[in-house]
Amino acid sequence: MTEIVLRGIQKWFGPVQVIKDLNLTIAPNEFIVMLGQSGCGKTTTLRAIAGLETIDEGDILIDGKPVQHLKCSDRDIAMVFQSFSLYPHMTVFENIAFPLRATRMGKADVDKAVREIARVLRITDLLDRRPSALSGGDMQRVAIGRALVRQPKAMLMDEPIGALDAKLREEMRAEIKRLHLKQGSTTIYVTHDQVEAMSLADRIVIMHEGVLQQVGSPEEVYSRPQNLFVAQFVGSPVMNVSPAAVRDDGGAVSVAVDATVPGFPFPRELLGHLNGHASGGALAMGIRPEGVLVSREARDGYVPVEVHLIEPLGSYDIVDLKVGEAMLRARTSAGFVPAAGERVHARIDPAQAHFFDTASGQSLGVRL
Amino acid sequence: MAAVQTTGERTLNKLAIVSVLIVTMIFLAPIYWIVSTSFKPRNLATTVPPTIVFTPEVSPFVKLMLKRSQLREQPTPEEYAAAPWWERLVFDGGEKVVRDGKGEVQLSGYPSRFLNSLIVAIISTVLAVSMGTFTAYGFSRFKVKGEDDWLFFILSTRMLPPVVVAIPMFLMYRTFGLNDTHIGLIILYTAFNLSFSVWLMKGFIDEIPKEYEEAALVDGYTRMEAFFKIVLPEAATGIAATAVFCFITAWNEYVFALIMTRRDAQTAPPFIPSQVGSGLPDWTVIAAGTFLFLLPVAIFTFLLRRHLLRGMSFGAIRK
Ligand SMILES: Nc1ncnc2c1ncn2[C@@H]1O[C@H](COP(=O)(O)OP(=O)(O)OP(=O)(O)O)[C@@H](O)[C@H]1O
Ligand SMILES: [Mg+2]
Repeated sequence: MTEIVLRGIQKWFGPVQVIKDLNLTIAPNEFIVMLGQSGCGKTTTLRAIAGLETIDEGDILIDGKPVQHLKCSDRDIAMVFQSFSLYPHMTVFENIAFPLRATRMGKADVDKAVREIARVLRITDLLDRRPSALSGGDMQRVAIGRALVRQPKAMLMDEPIGALDAKLREEMRAEIKRLHLKQGSTTIYVTHDQVEAMSLADRIVIMHEGVLQQVGSPEEVYSRPQNLFVAQFVGSPVMNVSPAAVRDDGGAVSVAVDATVPGFPFPRELLGHLNGHASGGALAMGIRPEGVLVSREARDGYVPVEVHLIEPLGSYDIVDLKVGEAMLRARTSAGFVPAAGERVHARIDPAQAHFFDTASGQSLGVRL
Repeated sequence: MAAVQTTGERTLNKLAIVSVLIVTMIFLAPIYWIVSTSFKPRNLATTVPPTIVFTPEVSPFVKLMLKRSQLREQPTPEEYAAAPWWERLVFDGGEKVVRDGKGEVQLSGYPSRFLNSLIVAIISTVLAVSMGTFTAYGFSRFKVKGEDDWLFFILSTRMLPPVVVAIPMFLMYRTFGLNDTHIGLIILYTAFNLSFSVWLMKGFIDEIPKEYEEAALVDGYTRMEAFFKIVLPEAATGIAATAVFCFITAWNEYVFALIMTRRDAQTAPPFIPSQVGSGLPDWTVIAAGTFLFLLPVAIFTFLLRRHLLRGMSFGAIRK
C-alpha cells in the first residue's frame, strides 16, 4: 500500500544529464514497467529511488514523505539488481535471510519467513546451495526471494530476467506476474523488452534519453502513441512511418505515401481532425503492419503494390510492400503471399492510422 | 576433466613434471641441509663430504634453549646420574647448564628472541593488513580527490631500499626512546608493509563488484555493516595473501632489527648469526635455531594455502 511520487527529478553525471525533469506518480500496488533503450536512464532512476544515487533536483516521495535525503537502509525498498548480486559466500538460505537479519527479527521467525518465501518461489530444495551452484533461473528466483522476504514498501526490479534464455524468460515473466498478484506490492520493473513490458505492466513508462515520453496502460501506449518515438519503439514488428501527403480531389480524400502512386482512401473527417496540418507538408503517417490490409485481387480502395520481401515468422508473415518508392510492411497470415516479386493490392485501415507532426514528432491525436 | 591427450602432449606433460621436480629439489636442498644439520651430532655437522646417514639427535635443540658454559672438570658419575636427560646431553657435549643462585636453570637468549619475533611480526601484520584494507576500500569505493597522486605517494615509500633510511630512523628512534622496544619495531614494520598492503588490497577489492554492497545497503544495512558482512568475507583471499606477504617480510627482516634492537626487543634474525661469532661455532645449534625459525612462516602459509591458491569466487554475479 505504498504510493511513490517522483517530482521534477533531475540527475547529472558530470556534464551529462541522465534524467530530465521526471514526473511520475505510482499508485499503491501498481506494477509499473519502465521501458526504454539501453542508456536512457532506467537504472539510474531506480537507483535514485532506492537511494543508491543522489539526485540533483526534485523530490522523491514515498507515501507522501520526501525521502531523497534518507539513506537506502531507511527507505524500506527492495531491489533486484540487473546483475543478481547474490552474496557468493552465503548459502541460498542465508542470502534470503540476510535482509531479515538487519531487523531485530527472532531466529525462528526468520527461518519461517525464509521457508515460506522459498516455498512460494519453489526453491526449497536449493536452500543449502551456494549461489555459484545455481542456474540463471534459480539465481533470479533467489534474488526475487531476497527482495520479497521482508515485505518491503516497494519492489524495484532492474531487468531481472534480461539475461535468461527466451523460454525461461517466458516462464519467469508469468511467475513474476503471479507473485505480484499474490503479494501486491508497488513495483517498478525495468526492461528494454517490450513483450515483457506489455505482458506485465499495469502502466508502462517509456523513457528516451532521460526524458519521459509517455505513461499509460499497455493498450494505450500501443494504440495511442503520443509521439513518433513511442510509436516506433513500442510494437514488434515496428510501426510503418512515412511522410504523407493528403489529397483532397473534391469527393474523396486519400493519403499518399509516394507521389507517383495513388493514395490510400480515407474518410472525409480526416481533414477536420488534421486541423490544417494536411497542407503544411510536415505530416507523417504511422500504420502498424496489422493495419495494412493485403488482397491478392484488385478490390475497391486497394492500391496495387509489389511484394519486395517475405519474412515468415511461423504463425504469420511480414511482407514488405513497395508502394512507389516507399515501403510498407504488412502482416499477413502465413503463406498468404506465395513469393516475393508478386503484385498484390493493399489498403490502409483508417481506424488504425496515426498522424504525426514531423517537426515536433508529436501525435496529432487523430482517431477515425 | 579427463581431456583427450595426444602422445606428444603426454610426453610434454611428463617433461613438465620432471622439470618441476628438479626445480623443487634445487629450492628444497638448502632447507634439507638446515633440517638435517639441526639433528646431527656436532662432530658430523662439518664433515667433508657431508654425512647423509646418521642417527638423529635432539641435543642441538636442547642446547639451543639452554644457557651453557664450558665444563672446567668432568661431572662426577653421581652428578651425571642425578642429572635429567637433557642435562646429560649438555654434559656429553663438554658443557654444563648454567644455573642461578637458587639452582634454577637459565634459558638461552633464543626463546625470548623467538617470542619477540612472533610478537612483532604478528602485531605488525595485523596492523598493516587491517589499515591497508580500510584504506584500499576507501580508495576503491569513494571518489577521493587526487586519488592517483595519493596512491602513487603511498607506493613511493617503497621506492628506496629501506636501508637508505636506517641511520635517520635510528637517530629519530633514539630521540623518541623507541630503540630496542617492541613498539618501535612494530611501527617500523607496519610502515614498511602498509604501502604494499594498500596496493594489494586495492586490487582485490576492486575485483569485488560494488553491487554486493549496494544490495546489502538496500537490504537495510549501513555501509559499515556491509563492509564487515560482505566485503571482508569476499576479500578473504586477498587478505590471506596480503597477510602472508606482510608476515614474511616482518618475520625475516634483518637490517633494522640489527640496528634498532639490542636485547629486550631483539628478534631472531639478528640473534641467530650473533651466536656464530663467539668461539668455535656449534653449527648444529645454529641450524636448530634456523629450523625452528622457519616453522612459523611455513605453518602460516600452509594454513592459508587454500586461500592463496583459490581464485576469487565468482559465479554469483551475472556477467
Ligand atoms: N556512475 C556513472 N557515471 C557516469 N555516467 C553514468 C553513471 N552511471 C550511468 N551513467 C550514464 O548514464 C546513462 C544512463 O545510464 P543507465 O544505467 O541509467 O541506463 P539504462 O537505461 O539502465 O541502460 P541499460 O538498459 O543498458 O541498463 C548512460 O549514458 C550511462 O553511461
Ligand atoms: Mg540498466
